Amino acid sequence: MVEVTLWAGLRPLADHQERVMVEASTIRELLRKLQDRYPGLKVPFKNDVAVAINGTIYRDDWSQQISSDDEVFLLRRLAGG
Amino acid sequence: MTFDPSYKEQGLKSVGTRPLRPDGVDKVTGRARYGADFNMPGQLVGRVLRSPHAHARIVRIDTSQAEALKGVKAVVTAADLPDQSNGDAATFAVLDNCMARKKAMYDGHAVAAVAAIDASVAKAALKLIVVEYEVLPHVVDVDVAMAADAPVLDETVFTTGVEPAPKTPSNVANRSEFGHGDVEAGFAKADMIVERNYKTEQTHQGYIEPHACVANCNSDGTADLWVCTQGPFVYRQVCADLLGLDVSKLRVTSSEIGGGFGGKTHVWAEPVALALSRKAGRPVKLVMTREEVFRASGPTSATSIDVKIGAKKDGTITAAEATLRYTSGPYAGMWAELGAMTSFACYDLENVKTVGWEVVVNRPKVAAYRAPSAPMAAFAIESAVDELAHKIGMDAVDFRIKNAASDGSKSSYGPVYGPIGIGPTLEAAKSHPHMSAPLGENQGRGMACGFWFNFGGQTCVDLNIGADGTVTIAVGTVDVGGSRASLSLITAEELGIPYENVKAIVADTSSLGYNDMTDGSRGTFSSSMAAISAARNAIQVMRERAATMWDISVDDIIWEDGHAKAVGATHDNLAPLSVADIAAEAGNTGGPIAGHSELVADGAGVSFGTHICDVEVDPETGSTRVVRYTVIQDAGKAVHPDYVEGQYQGGAVQGIGWALNEEYVYGADGRLQNPGFLDYRIPVCSDLPMIDTQILEIPNPNHPYGVRGVGETSIVPPLAAVANAVSNAVDVRMFHIPVSPPRILAALNAQAKG
Repeated sequence: MVEVTLWAGLRPLADHQERVMVEASTIRELLRKLQDRYPGLKVPFKNDVAVAINGTIYRDDWSQQISSDDEVFLLRRLAGG
Repeated sequence: MTFDPSYKEQGLKSVGTRPLRPDGVDKVTGRARYGADFNMPGQLVGRVLRSPHAHARIVRIDTSQAEALKGVKAVVTAADLPDQSNGDAATFAVLDNCMARKKAMYDGHAVAAVAAIDASVAKAALKLIVVEYEVLPHVVDVDVAMAADAPVLDETVFTTGVEPAPKTPSNVANRSEFGHGDVEAGFAKADMIVERNYKTEQTHQGYIEPHACVANCNSDGTADLWVCTQGPFVYRQVCADLLGLDVSKLRVTSSEIGGGFGGKTHVWAEPVALALSRKAGRPVKLVMTREEVFRASGPTSATSIDVKIGAKKDGTITAAEATLRYTSGPYAGMWAELGAMTSFACYDLENVKTVGWEVVVNRPKVAAYRAPSAPMAAFAIESAVDELAHKIGMDAVDFRIKNAASDGSKSSYGPVYGPIGIGPTLEAAKSHPHMSAPLGENQGRGMACGFWFNFGGQTCVDLNIGADGTVTIAVGTVDVGGSRASLSLITAEELGIPYENVKAIVADTSSLGYNDMTDGSRGTFSSSMAAISAARNAIQVMRERAATMWDISVDDIIWEDGHAKAVGATHDNLAPLSVADIAAEAGNTGGPIAGHSELVADGAGVSFGTHICDVEVDPETGSTRVVRYTVIQDAGKAVHPDYVEGQYQGGAVQGIGWALNEEYVYGADGRLQNPGFLDYRIPVCSDLPMIDTQILEIPNPNHPYGVRGVGETSIVPPLAAVANAVSNAVDVRMFHIPVSPPRILAALNAQAKG
């Protein structure tokens, strides 16, 4: 099981939880299971999410592996200049 | 072939050298073609009519007289750009910003456009368009816009991110929050607390080349767009979405770019030019004037930021808190949220909280500007940090070093850091000769840190080997800062051939797979990763061709120093084959030799910088001159050090301009008073000393050569570094950017009056 921390904007869409436990081995599996559990997350997951694994931020590579001792954060997808 | 992006230490021959840039001669001789340099047969001239009001309902638009004018071929309004956003608010905002629908939301908002046979006819036609406005109350100031009695811009805006959800609309679009620990408990432990409000004014990216494009819609549904942009593939997608075109039928070709800095990641006039061309049935060239660029493109947010930081006498920060209010123009954005994320990212804090408020105002739609939102937050935080260090009697650098984040620190925006460079940049600043150089009369020294995320993204590269062994790489990331040189260097390194044998070009959207924009400091980071992958694929092909030429197994061939070499006791008398040798036989060994790569470049790694600034302030006029400036930043690996230094210097110069002079000045009527470079003053070479740089190289573990993005972080510290220097020079703390002569004189006068 992976502990996932949600950014504040997602929490109202996930029963107001800051942290949730998910059985997942990749980012793709993690996001799929989260939106299955909380359908309201589907819209922000479409274009607005990035995932930090142990501090490294992934915006697109949903094949990244996750293990149970990883620190996983969902962040807003960033804009750049 | 599976691509492994992880860093591996290796000896380098090309990477790290400083050859001439391939686009340099064309640019200095005027041969390079920018957005306005392209022309098509039968081309019309496009011009845009803009609102003179900051906030007004559009009651009626009558274009009949303009359409009847001889030489006018098309007139478009919002009716020619129907809403195809399917309820997507962000897409609708882009559409509405390109052409106002029910209301003009800011001075300069487009309301109609014409295409005519020449500029004089187009100009005359604009005067014949009748627009009946109902002028509405407006608001441009971020704090005023948040007040309960402020005129509400959009009755559909209800603040999100707060509970309970508000029942009435307001100008506050969203609240965001980050942090950890207990800030109140942390402040209770502090021996000293600094609590201040800071303001920064709205600035423009100030790119020298205005937005320019030529659009051509054909009767068969295909279309071409030649345009100055940071992202042709993104422009293609957005324009296709707005105009209902098939993506594959719209071909976008990017010109050379005379500066973008985030401002050319957004569409402005391009959908309008396409709509004009579609209606006229002829190509349309649309070039924005400088006034239009200021009034209707860019800019960054204006901000009002509250900061509270507490520390013990030994210099340990016990708690830090910031509330950040950012304007986003008339449409909701995420600019304050980015400011809230970056605010305290340099520091290892037990208790930290940041809150961002997105505020809509009657100003142009905010666009990304180089590390968007971070410079303003850094100004507020680094000013307070500096003041706190002074108050507890600690050196400003030592105070920051004591509290700097490091490997394992929990960042203020959430995740725990891996290896990061803030500590090394601060240590480098502490030992830099600049920090101990003597100061003259009326001079002051300031320093500040900065942070930016950086990112990668979708990337595609084609590598083709010519019959003579020279190589072309086609990339989809626009070269805004010398990336054709850096990508050629990396390709040469990987193949083992001279830099001069590689030619990099920026491909159009019909010639290459999708690429994200050149933003987020991703150009060299991402495209070099794809170029390395493409080169390795080409090497595999060349090993197979050598195997065919030698009639041996490919397993007995290695690639080394730009040659295929046969290994093993039975083959070691075979002379190595160069790229040229193999390419010369390509026609008889399987045809053209190419390498291709499409990948997602992720794991860009966060970036930190520390700046040192000396200024001299004239106490009679308040005029400030930067007399010495040093940038220290981690590049991971500087592929072409000249252009890394150029990015450091360019970011610093833009930040210095923002700190000292640049600001949007609005009149009481909500109209922009200074839409030109005479009244909106950016620094020029004669204003500045040579910007010194120090490149640190702490390899990024997620790139084969250790590369990190370098384009944005350098604009984050200057606002604070300059303000701290000015504050130290005049011995009055400055809280409002820009620290222009009137503000400095006002502060000095206030001090004199006690």
